[in-house]
Amino acid sequence: MSAGAAASPARLPGAAVAQPAILLHVRDVHARLGGAHILQGVDFDVPGRGVTALLGRNGVGKTTTLRAILGIVPRSGTVTFDGQPLDGLATFRVILRGIGYVPEDRDVFAGLTVAENLRLAERRGVPPRYDLVFDLFPDLAARRRQAAGTLSGGQQQMLSIARALLNPARLLLVDEPSKGLSPRLVGETVAALARIAEDIPVLLVEQNLAAVRKLAEHVLVMAEGRIVHAGPAADFLADAALTQTLLGVSAGTGAQA
Amino acid sequence: MSTIVLLALTGIGLAGLYFLVASGLTLIFGLMRVLNFAHGAFLLLGGYCAWLLGAQLMDAAGNVSNAGFLAMLIAALAAGAVIGTLTELVLIRPLYRREFAQVLVTVGLGLVVGALVMGIWGGDPRNFPAPPWTHGIVRILGANVPASRFLLIGVALLVLVALVAFLRHTRYGLIVRAGVENRTMVSALGIDVRRAFTLVFALGGALAGLSGALAGVYFGAVSPGLGSMLLIDAFIVVVIGGLGSITGSALAALAVGLLQQFANYYFTGIGDLAIVLLLAVVLLVRPRGMLGAST
Amino acid sequence: MTRAPGTQPRRFAGRVTLAVIVLLLVAVPWLDLPTAGLLPDRLNAPGSLQLLGLCLVFGALAMTYDLLFGFTGLLSFGHALFFAAGAYTFAIAATVFHLSGPAALALTLGVALLLPLVIGAISLRTTGIAFAMVTLAFAQAGAVIVGQDPGHATGGELGLGLAYDHLPQFLVGVANTRYLYWICLALVVVVAGIIWWISGSVTGRVWQAIRDNERRVQVLGLRPYVFKLVAFVAASFLAALCGIAWLLLVGGANPGITTAEFTLSLLVMVVLGGAGTRWGALAGGVLYTFLDQRLAALAGSPAIQSLPTALRVPLSQPLFVLGIVFMLVILFRPGGIASLFGMHGSQPARRRWLAWLGRGAARR
Repeated sequence: MSAGAAASPARLPGAAVAQPAILLHVRDVHARLGGAHILQGVDFDVPGRGVTALLGRNGVGKTTTLRAILGIVPRSGTVTFDGQPLDGLATFRVILRGIGYVPEDRDVFAGLTVAENLRLAERRGVPPRYDLVFDLFPDLAARRRQAAGTLSGGQQQMLSIARALLNPARLLLVDEPSKGLSPRLVGETVAALARIAEDIPVLLVEQNLAAVRKLAEHVLVMAEGRIVHAGPAADFLADAALTQTLLGVSAGTGAQA
Repeated sequence: MSTIVLLALTGIGLAGLYFLVASGLTLIFGLMRVLNFAHGAFLLLGGYCAWLLGAQLMDAAGNVSNAGFLAMLIAALAAGAVIGTLTELVLIRPLYRREFAQVLVTVGLGLVVGALVMGIWGGDPRNFPAPPWTHGIVRILGANVPASRFLLIGVALLVLVALVAFLRHTRYGLIVRAGVENRTMVSALGIDVRRAFTLVFALGGALAGLSGALAGVYFGAVSPGLGSMLLIDAFIVVVIGGLGSITGSALAALAVGLLQQFANYYFTGIGDLAIVLLLAVVLLVRPRGMLGAST
Repeated sequence: MTRAPGTQPRRFAGRVTLAVIVLLLVAVPWLDLPTAGLLPDRLNAPGSLQLLGLCLVFGALAMTYDLLFGFTGLLSFGHALFFAAGAYTFAIAATVFHLSGPAALALTLGVALLLPLVIGAISLRTTGIAFAMVTLAFAQAGAVIVGQDPGHATGGELGLGLAYDHLPQFLVGVANTRYLYWICLALVVVVAGIIWWISGSVTGRVWQAIRDNERRVQVLGLRPYVFKLVAFVAASFLAALCGIAWLLLVGGANPGITTAEFTLSLLVMVVLGGAGTRWGALAGGVLYTFLDQRLAALAGSPAIQSLPTALRVPLSQPLFVLGIVFMLVILFRPGGIASLFGMHGSQPARRRWLAWLGRGAARR
């Protein structure tokens, strides 16, 4: 079933076309929030396939990096997406270039129903991919009329991902999808992301190293507002000394699921 | 009994007026976090536009036909919508992400429009032309109730139903409801939320303009002080009802209108004090108001 | 001793300039100079002194509002209440209770301390917009009570003329306007002195820290509530002093000073001058009052009268001109007048205020 879904008609058009080697260039990005210098020259690349995990201890600026790429927080520096600069664009225009965003803490609209949350994401002239979304998350189809605020954490996470997938996206930014979820739900979320990542490259912020191990091909590690390590995920996670230094956990014991 | 009926209907009529002013304020605040101090100015412009048109249409006795009256109301609505839209585009938008400066600039606009109205038409109240039936009396349960009360109640109910339908069943209503919860996330779905900003300012302005004309009918005249007077009442209603909540505003308007009338009648002239006390109590017990969003 | 070289002489020069300005202002009643139409009469004529006194009082009042709003970040819409409380309490004490000057003053000072203590203690349980609204509600209650004229004490819509029978004779009569002017000048000096002292103290620094980031203050183990209450009471008490001076200068209280519009005009003064700068608020208050009073007179001048109606009508409305200037300042010069002249208490404080001005009220 899962392999079939990836090849189903709901699969986004153009996904099979060769993606550029590097989809997103981030160069010398600085951001300040309330007087604090959060991002201090962030440089990295996101390749055009697979999951790239952005790791780091709490408060190093991972979430701010995603928000800076989207223009939610003001930033300097340059960000290029698929050869086009995103600098100075309003957030909605960045999104319309083909980036899907799954924020930290889901941020579903609690007072709106599941159906309304999804309808909000519809775009004029773009057929919404409800078949794909409900195939991935059949739970949501059954709860269309329920207020999003009354969903469980895991269901909210699915809704948040579904919202980002409703339109064809060429890159997904996903912020801590496993946060606050039970181990079983983390497993389900990871499985869903793995299926999504077959089609769409993902930039994933994640604390759960077990999830990273299952999903990521590349890792970027942040410390104090900068990228301090970039490389293949397998090499990084195998190096206990390095994970201990950069993340404060050893890859072996940090696993939960 | 007849006194209670009269007080109640007058209170509900006044509540209708408060709701019309407050609904626009609460929509704007809910979506943009801007307490619009220029709302009284929108109301004033609507009221004076209707009066200007009415002065052209009225007969020697100061009456206008029903069609003329409808034209006056539409003129007020349009004037409010235009000034609301311009305010958002010219003054609010350049200060995007600076909510505090946005509030201050609406304070300035309120001063400017108030002074302009004063300069052009003077400080004296101007008699407001209306169809004869609005001056009539309706006998209901032994009470003689001025017909203008029913006009206000009717229009307010119409607007309430229309607003709720707009918010429930239209795309922009959906965007507004979502934006009240979390504007950033609306943009992060690829929606230009600033268009919704312009829309709520146009809508709020239109409702304020309409209430300017209806206030003219209710009080029989328009004067430069009308804007700031109703603005403060509307602030009280909006805060009691919970900033951003339409139904909250409707309920709070009802509470404020009725309390004001009954307190005024039974404890001579303390109506204004009573609603201020109600506001203080509600705020101290529930700082977000009766139906304020908890997020 | 550890100051950078050059700071000492500059500070000294600043103090000398300040002393010269104050001395010049003290000497105004003896300076019989023409004013080229800027003031209603020659410089030391009673009409001119009255106008200058008014400018000084509102300058001082704007500084007290700046203490609350620019320094502590408390957006109150009820500051007018305490100014009015000072004016009305004194007027009622002297006129209705027939108290002597010192007794009336003592009573007013007591009210000026107690009223903000009670109202502040209640209002400060809320923050942000809710605080603004509660203070507006209290002020509105004050306005309603004054308008209702309970026991014929406030004079209602007409206001309350001050009875001078039990007050010192030098306060009475047009010829004695210069004493009133000196009282206003003394008020500015006292209010400025207290505000400089208190805003430079440890308490003042905590206020600024609260404005910049209240949670951080909490984390440091301090109770922001107590510090905010002190700021509220201090600013309101000084505002009441301004109210007494205003009452003596004008000769009676009127309900116009109880309105929300009056508080809004204080907000305009402070922002116009440059919030969080102290001098800026003073300058804003003086300039606002001067324009408010004199634009109308200037509008009667032949130069304005000869303009076409489309220009003449708006220009003859002081609030129109002030409102336009205010909006332009917000849009293009958020630092106010102070930023034009490089007058600022301390650069970092000003920059932080601008950051505060730009920050979202309740961002989500």
